[in-house]
Amino acid sequence: MGLYEKASEEFDFWRVRVREASYAELDQISRERGLSLSAREMKLLQEYYKKIGRDATDVELEAIAQTWSEHCGHKTFKGSFALVERDERGREKKSKVDNLFKTYIARATRELALPWCYSVFEDNAGIVDFDGDNALAFKVETHNHPSALEPFGGAATGVGGVIRDVLGVWADPIANTDVLCFGPLDLPEQRVPSGVKHPRFLYNGVVAGIACYGNNMGIPTVNGAIFFHENYTGNPLVYCGTLGLLKKSAYKHEAAAGDALVLVGGRTGRDGIHGVTFASAGLHEKSEETSRTAVQIGDPIEEEKVKRGILQVRDAGLANAITDLGGGGLSSAVAETAERYSCGVRVDLSLVPQKYPLKTPWEIWVSESQERMLLAVPQRNVEAVKKIFEDELVLATVVGELTAERNLRLFYKNVAVADIDMNFLFTQPTTAKGAVLAKTKPNPLSFNEPASPQEYGVILKKILSSPNVCSKESVVRRYDHEVKGSTTIKPFQGASNEGPGDAAVIRPLRDSWKGAALSNGFNSLFASDAYKMAASAIDEAIRNNVCVGGRRWALLDNFSWGNPNDERQAGGLVAASRACYDYALAFRAPFISGKDSLHNECNGVAIPQTLLVSALGIVPDVRKAITMDAKKTGNYLYIVGETKLELGGSHYCAALDASEAGVIPGVDGARAATLYEAVLRAMDAGLVRSCHDCSEGGMAVAAAEMGFAGGLGVEIDLTQVPRAADVKRNDFVLFSESNSRLLIEVEPDKAKEFEASLKGITFGRIGVFTQNPDFVVKVFDGTEILRENVFELKRVWQKPLKR
Amino acid sequence: MKKSDVRVCIVRAPGTNCDAETLDGVIAAGGTGEIVHFNRLHGGSRKLEDYDALIFPGGFSYGDEIRSGVIWARKFLGLLGDDLKKFVDAEKPVLGVCNGMQVIVESGLLPGLRGASEAPEACMASNASARYECRWIFLKKTGDCLFTEKYAQGEVVEMPVGHAEGKFTLEPGREQKILDELEANKQIVFRYCRADGALARGEYPLSPNASLDDVAGVSNPSGTVFALMPHPDRSCFGWQRRDWTRTGKVDGEGDGLRIFKGLVDYCAKKF
Repeated sequence: MGLYEKASEEFDFWRVRVREASYAELDQISRERGLSLSAREMKLLQEYYKKIGRDATDVELEAIAQTWSEHCGHKTFKGSFALVERDERGREKKSKVDNLFKTYIARATRELALPWCYSVFEDNAGIVDFDGDNALAFKVETHNHPSALEPFGGAATGVGGVIRDVLGVWADPIANTDVLCFGPLDLPEQRVPSGVKHPRFLYNGVVAGIACYGNNMGIPTVNGAIFFHENYTGNPLVYCGTLGLLKKSAYKHEAAAGDALVLVGGRTGRDGIHGVTFASAGLHEKSEETSRTAVQIGDPIEEEKVKRGILQVRDAGLANAITDLGGGGLSSAVAETAERYSCGVRVDLSLVPQKYPLKTPWEIWVSESQERMLLAVPQRNVEAVKKIFEDELVLATVVGELTAERNLRLFYKNVAVADIDMNFLFTQPTTAKGAVLAKTKPNPLSFNEPASPQEYGVILKKILSSPNVCSKESVVRRYDHEVKGSTTIKPFQGASNEGPGDAAVIRPLRDSWKGAALSNGFNSLFASDAYKMAASAIDEAIRNNVCVGGRRWALLDNFSWGNPNDERQAGGLVAASRACYDYALAFRAPFISGKDSLHNECNGVAIPQTLLVSALGIVPDVRKAITMDAKKTGNYLYIVGETKLELGGSHYCAALDASEAGVIPGVDGARAATLYEAVLRAMDAGLVRSCHDCSEGGMAVAAAEMGFAGGLGVEIDLTQVPRAADVKRNDFVLFSESNSRLLIEVEPDKAKEFEASLKGITFGRIGVFTQNPDFVVKVFDGTEILRENVFELKRVWQKPLKR
Repeated sequence: MKKSDVRVCIVRAPGTNCDAETLDGVIAAGGTGEIVHFNRLHGGSRKLEDYDALIFPGGFSYGDEIRSGVIWARKFLGLLGDDLKKFVDAEKPVLGVCNGMQVIVESGLLPGLRGASEAPEACMASNASARYECRWIFLKKTGDCLFTEKYAQGEVVEMPVGHAEGKFTLEPGREQKILDELEANKQIVFRYCRADGALARGEYPLSPNASLDDVAGVSNPSGTVFALMPHPDRSCFGWQRRDWTRTGKVDGEGDGLRIFKGLVDYCAKKF
């Protein structure tokens, strides 16, 4: 007897003999059906069916696989780790860590218990207070695997998906962010692994996809980053974020048994089948052939219409609850809605509007066709809701209802195709993994200091023109960052709008001067030390926010990691999570939402461990926001923060082919927090004319950028830069990538007051902006170690990605 | 009528997405406005004739499929062509911004040298860069119409653009002849230029699209229908300016507001 038995003559419906199946057969079922379930999980499933005394249907297996997937269930983050920590001398310490999410990330938020956190970790997006009546919702998602196969569609639907996350908390999407990681654009063809698309193809497609969706929906894309590293070649990263605005009074989540489930938006097709299970496994040479249908097709105009309808339903208070259809399609949306309100559910799959006749019920259940949302609507309001969507030319269909009985029951053409106990469905198995954290001794910095101003100039230009530092203007201008007319601080700043801003500021309400500042931080060149990498990402996100005057930061974490079954990958997850806890407390900046994307590898090559931290800050009065461009000749340049011997993962070392050398920058959380507070006070007192963060390329790159953005030269006296005792070389001062440092421009007549406001903070007045457009660095006896024309530096910085 | 009685219809279709900021501009100019779905106008619950002015805002109407603006233009003419004709004949102002300009040009209302044409007489072609371009540009007033009376002749102003199809083109072979006529009628209201007012002469990125003769905005001969690719709706206020952190001009107006003021003042005087 086979494993599968046809259960309907009329349509494609099968019974699967799980009760009698052997271990090998259970594994076969998981593989053949693309369920991505482990042996342990299949066993658990078998026990359930033995207990209820029948075999599974194909629809049920699919439903369970969706709910239990890494993508939906986060079983690694909620699982346990047997951790081995090894110090530099090989001594070991063993411990057990349960539930990274609860132990570190959510714990910091809970311990901080900040009153302005309105809804954290419980919904599709984190929500924080904005001005008492209104709240901001913020979410960042990854869409890595789809973008590897079909970059345009993958990236576009990544944007569409995160916009729906924000709509899914009743918020009006008002700004987008995106952070992208690719292999090098100039990678020789022969180094592109088999079955992988060239980074340039992925880059072009992803950028076009993001531009298409955001622009068409009329949501400004205001902040982001692009990063290149060879280990992203087979597995690019596409992070899409959306900020939303909602009235707190409209935040309604109170569905109950009897409510109608109304499916709104696009029709359902065979696109996006198994996206979730596909996302929960590694990529391989044949992914293109096996998983192409896992990528969805986007239609931003449909989503724009859906958005209009949802906001009207919200304002009229007609629905009790809302959720988006994303990964897992109807399966996740319906089951999670029922679970959240302690209900069961009954859905008739034949009622789901289809793009073309679908004869396979499980496909309707798990399809990830885009632009769909699910509303729970009291029966008395159903007609009114349908009318609103009809007026927007959007389909709205009652497909089922919530029930008091705690079962998930699905029908197709009057045949019961699934009946699962909700309690079983949400008894999510977690994983137990081994994790290793090994400390290594940093390699020495064995290269010489540049011998002449010419040599310094060559290196500075090499860094400015390196892919991770150079201007991304040609990409950013393809994103509409002005639509809605709320973008007060824009991505490019300065005399001719070419300087790279640190963060964007949005003014969401016309009757309030309050603004929202959006920034991000990540640096996968620090990935050899996951703890410091994560600490640096948090500090950088906050630092960038401070640059424009942002404060009261709420953070999002987005982990993109390799295979968590590799114990070093797992060790990195633990270390990065610890950093999240430590620095959330230090900065009083809680995590409010997040996402993990694991199994980012291709043909066995893992990506660098990448934690993206996104920060949402508040600017009390947008008219006091600050940009990074130098404003006026004669103004002083200050550096705030200490420069340390931290060149590990720096662009300077990379430019000298010494990437493995040096100590990765760390973060002194307490000192950094005090420093940022002092800088914000100085800003509020009107003492700061411009502010720019020192990050990739160190203070040399930051100072050059300020100068050329303002069309001014800058003369620096390097002896005035406060540094740690072991920083004994000029090149180390210029190019160290120590965290928690800012460059600040101050008018001479405000210098005294500014310095007084930084009492107790490490800072130095290091130079002056000049009419003569040269970037000049002098040392103790007035010797010039560097002199370069700022317009030439700008040209070099703009050239690589000019087109 | 009083300015506050001027009723502006800001019409939208699926994919229109600049209606809210356009309404902000109308209100800041002293008028009142209503965002109206196109289907309400031809469905009967709203009547075009009840409004004093009509604005086609920016966006991607019907996804800009086939050619930007063409679907909405054809639908509008097919379902509301007579109402639109009456509206224009009554010398009620019609403004198009960005996608709105694409719609108006596709509908044959502009350049309108011999009145509204059966087929479009100009085309908003793909930018020479073949890309969507979001950037601030300089505009010089080189013509005149009711919307731009509050700008001095030759004045240089700044507004952002955000489009992929903004290259104004005319019938091949007859370009110069038509341009001369437009020029004589003062219909080329705004041209792309440098900060000092010298024309862009197609140079990128001063001209974001390499538009024919640097055309950024055109009107009909009588100046009651006007469309432009740059966004006055995104430059009504000081805090929206690209460089307010440099100039300190964060309070007060942006350069775009005067277009809405021109519209509202005209209606207040005329009706």
